[in-house]
Amino acid sequence: MARMKFLCDADRCIECNACVTACKNEHEVPWGINRRRVVTINDGKPGERSVSMACMHCTDAPCAAVCPVNCIYTTADGVVLHSKDLCIGCGYCFYACPFGAPQYPKVGNFGSRGKMDKCTFCAGGPEADGSKAEYEKYGANRLAEGKLPLCAEMCSTKSLLAGDGEIIAQIYKERVMKRGYGSGAWGWKTAYRETIES
Amino acid sequence: MLIKRTQQRSAITSSGSIAAGLSGQRSGLDRRAFLRRSGLAGGALAALTTLPPGSVRTAKAAIAGPLTSGATVRKSICTHCSVGCTVTAEVLNGVWIGQEPSWDSPINRGSHCAKGASVRELVHSERRLRYPMKLVGGQWTRVSWDTAINEIGDKLFEIREKSGPDSVYWLGSAKMTNEGSYLFRKLGAFWGTNNTDHQARICHSTTVTGVANTWGYGAMTNSYNDIRNAKTQMIMGGNPAEAHPVSLQHLLEGKELQKANFIVIDPRLTRTAAHATEYVRMRPGTDIPVLYGIMWHILQNGWEDQEFIRQRVYGFDDLRKEVEKWNPEEVERVSGIPGEQLKRVAKMFATEKPSTLIWAMGQTQKTVGTANVRASCILLLMTGNVGGPGMGANIFRGHDNVQGATDVGLDIVTLPFYYGLAEGAWKHWARVWEVDYDFLKSRFDSKQIMETPGIPLTRWFEAATLPKEQVAQKDNVRAVFVQGHASNSITRVPESLNGLKALELLVIADPHPTTWASLSVEAGRKDGVYILPVATQFECKGSRVASNRSLQWGEQIVKPIFESKDDLEVIYLVAKKLGFADKMFKNIKVENNLPEAEDTLREMNRGSWSTGYCGQSPERLKAHMKNQAKFDFLTMRAPKDDPEVGGDYYGLPWPCWGSPEVRHPGTPLLYNTNLSVMDGGGTFRPRFGIEREEKLPDGTTRKVSLLADGSYSKDSEIKDGYPEFTLASLKKLGWDKDLSETEMATITKINSANPDAVSWSLDLSGGIQRVALKHGCVPYGNGKARMNAFGLPDPIPVHREPIYTPRVDLVAKYPTLPDAKQFRLPNIGFSVQKAAVEKGIAKQFPLILSSGRLVEYEGGGEETRTNPWLAELQQDMFIEISPADAADRGIKDGGWVWVTGAENNSRARMKALVTERVGKGVAWMPFHFGGWFAGKDLRGNYPKGTDPIVLGESANTITTYGYDPATGMQEPKVTLCQIAAA
Repeated sequence: MARMKFLCDADRCIECNACVTACKNEHEVPWGINRRRVVTINDGKPGERSVSMACMHCTDAPCAAVCPVNCIYTTADGVVLHSKDLCIGCGYCFYACPFGAPQYPKVGNFGSRGKMDKCTFCAGGPEADGSKAEYEKYGANRLAEGKLPLCAEMCSTKSLLAGDGEIIAQIYKERVMKRGYGSGAWGWKTAYRETIES
Repeated sequence: MLIKRTQQRSAITSSGSIAAGLSGQRSGLDRRAFLRRSGLAGGALAALTTLPPGSVRTAKAAIAGPLTSGATVRKSICTHCSVGCTVTAEVLNGVWIGQEPSWDSPINRGSHCAKGASVRELVHSERRLRYPMKLVGGQWTRVSWDTAINEIGDKLFEIREKSGPDSVYWLGSAKMTNEGSYLFRKLGAFWGTNNTDHQARICHSTTVTGVANTWGYGAMTNSYNDIRNAKTQMIMGGNPAEAHPVSLQHLLEGKELQKANFIVIDPRLTRTAAHATEYVRMRPGTDIPVLYGIMWHILQNGWEDQEFIRQRVYGFDDLRKEVEKWNPEEVERVSGIPGEQLKRVAKMFATEKPSTLIWAMGQTQKTVGTANVRASCILLLMTGNVGGPGMGANIFRGHDNVQGATDVGLDIVTLPFYYGLAEGAWKHWARVWEVDYDFLKSRFDSKQIMETPGIPLTRWFEAATLPKEQVAQKDNVRAVFVQGHASNSITRVPESLNGLKALELLVIADPHPTTWASLSVEAGRKDGVYILPVATQFECKGSRVASNRSLQWGEQIVKPIFESKDDLEVIYLVAKKLGFADKMFKNIKVENNLPEAEDTLREMNRGSWSTGYCGQSPERLKAHMKNQAKFDFLTMRAPKDDPEVGGDYYGLPWPCWGSPEVRHPGTPLLYNTNLSVMDGGGTFRPRFGIEREEKLPDGTTRKVSLLADGSYSKDSEIKDGYPEFTLASLKKLGWDKDLSETEMATITKINSANPDAVSWSLDLSGGIQRVALKHGCVPYGNGKARMNAFGLPDPIPVHREPIYTPRVDLVAKYPTLPDAKQFRLPNIGFSVQKAAVEKGIAKQFPLILSSGRLVEYEGGGEETRTNPWLAELQQDMFIEISPADAADRGIKDGGWVWVTGAENNSRARMKALVTERVGKGVAWMPFHFGGWFAGKDLRGNYPKGTDPIVLGESANTITTYGYDPATGMQEPKVTLCQIAAA
């Protein structure tokens, strides 16, 4: 079975925010909720790099581990989804997530934040695929339609890749071999320090 | 802090203007409401099948999911920049419910930027105009279309009676389709004025003039896709990562595949520069010294392409003399760039070929804009980098159809397709339009004014406010009819308020009220302003021209919403009221007041021989959109054996010679002698005579040929340079026998007195073009490109300091051109520069101020700042300031500042973004904001419910005097300011 992943090639990302507005467009995400955002490091300095961030659909998702009501689950494709019916808006997942993915419609503490919302990898939620109820709670279910997340599909420079981890890793590997520089995948240097030349 | 970039968390609990901007709840028929209402239940579900690999799949997914089943798919073109991305829309029951990637487009291959990925919102925006309004006693009041058009028309008649037709300024738009722009220009012609202009004036008018004066046509020579072939990409005066994001797909992939040099020369370390292999920081306003500095090294080291120069270039010796003045020391003194770095750049550009030079408004928006782009062309010519893959002047135009609107002559200096304004041009169009030349003449105040260029839009307010005797037409401008143009993208906003006050009538035809509305209320107007709701381009159909000269046909995605009307319908209604609709639309089908776009294009096809817009029939363009997937991604060509689009280049990039039946494939790369003309090849256009008399130092003269020397396009039967084709030249060659009888009859009819004089561009039969093509020749001839562009204010580009420069020590040596009368108005740049030096303005305002684009917004920004998906990403107007300058002034990152300008005691309040992106001594502002003026929030000045979500100070509140003598271009890219903590 496929294991869905995102990969952002920081040597290609230009912080154009297409991924951000594509997500808003596809799921009608309201003002204030950002399932995806672009983060820029060394902004305005030599070495400036941007990377598009959303839920990374972790293999062993820390959000799921801390959720007191067990509303977060992983699908057979490796997509991390949650049930808004079960969510109590406690905010634990927000603290557990290393990427800041969980979003809440309201500001407050202890259950007053409203139901958590986050990137679904365009795969909806626990309701029947493509149903109206699913759309209203989680937005479109593109995976069920045989499509991939719109953010990656619309990426201006083909920086953001989405799909089966094996395949996108292969695409990225070929790209790096071809151009001969930059394991520009975000986090590479952090993970491998100086032992591997970028 | 909510200013850009590093912290992009949006404000859930925002305060002030943003909260006010968002107070209305969604109540219109949005997608969700629509789905609810239509009671769609989930149908049978598609099983999760094997997914296509990665996001770079090529296979076409099934469009319809359970919620979108039954939706139809329509294609149009993104309205936000000149890349020309296809927008794929899903429409259900007349509602645009979703956007899908346009995988088939050879231009964007599915991609969009933030703006393109959010265009759906523009159509169903709750904040767009719903019905016509007028200002009554200072209040916006609803009126009907009939009332509005009648009252506007009556007022126009009154003004015409009193002040003549030139007192009405027709300001059109690069947002309109070709058909809209063309009809708008035609409306101006039938009304009787050349005061018809659009955004090209303030974006690339200097490019059009400078580049056309160099080698024939003032357009991008190659294409976005072709940049993939370059071994050296040099971007000077452009930030495509923000202004043309999808182009970066081609630039960055090209950089990777070719292991290309990626040189960025810019005062700012832009988002584009972040990907550069070589970044060069220059002082704003020193483009010519930098380019000459590069050329100095090239000539010093013999890296120039001597054979290319010998065969295809005129005026090299004159240029050499100017370049020799720019040794590395002088270049560094003026521009701040060390000689060693420019030597490295020069070597890369001249020796690691093919090299392309990319520019945008960084070069054009200056008083020396025309000279800047000329210097850029000269660098390309010197290194033989024109007319082949991976080379060329890749000029990134701004708006989605600014190339097209320029081509169709929505301009003050020409009729459609660069025919100019001389009697011959008017007679040509009279023949195409099938109206009497005398009728057209009777519409104008005089024959003389009919043949005189109009007033540039940069100076409309001066045309309204200057003493009458300084305006070289019957009277001041008394009315402005603006259809799709921002007012805050024009410099000197404080003075435009005087213009708004002085007008008798202002008509704003737009999907949004724009700053024309909010500033006219601020100027104290109580009446005489009308707002007409115009549909977005997604509600209209027609052709648009991308920067690479490709024409793309956009379908109507949904019908105009609320009471808004198609541009073409508005133009028709105005023409009808003004009494000449029957003549103006003589050959164009009109149904329910809506002229047919296809018919309009056919009329353009019949008259556009000069530019090769004659082969792009609506049928061919529609076939291209239908068969997008067949075009090669790199060459943009379809396989030769395809029945519908075989052998064509995508979008039939002009020139596409001859009638549609000739089936010319279009010209993907201009001036490419390696291809035969019928395959898209070409030569430089001899547009400036065939020989020139030069004075020699000893006082004698000699005649020098301006025709190509031993260079010609592949398969040409004439193996040398040749002038443009006329019937006379066909006769001389014995090719006139190839003309058919009907062609000959048409030619004779055009000029019965002297048919021999009828040329390739005037021959409405297309016969002369057809015969030239048959013999492998380019209809316009085969000439040399000009390094010496005699006829321009500076035939060889000369460095001139900006009007407001911090380097007052350089003004004596490099002053701006003397005061002169241009385009019906005085240009007193020299006096202003002199006064600024004498008054010590640079001491009072020590920071250089430049301006530019953000990726989230476009142009004046009212439309994009109304889109919540975009507005959320950029909520505050800001100014970039270097850490050193900020520390000197006690300014904190994210703190409020007052920016003051060198004229009109101008001031503006905004946030500070302290960043090393700008160098010391330089500040930079985005130009998309509006709706504030001098610290005051003008939200209340908009008609209720139509105010953009995000408002802010306009950069152009601070910008100052300065106009290019050749085009009237403004100078928002370099002026002076001071910044203080607020």
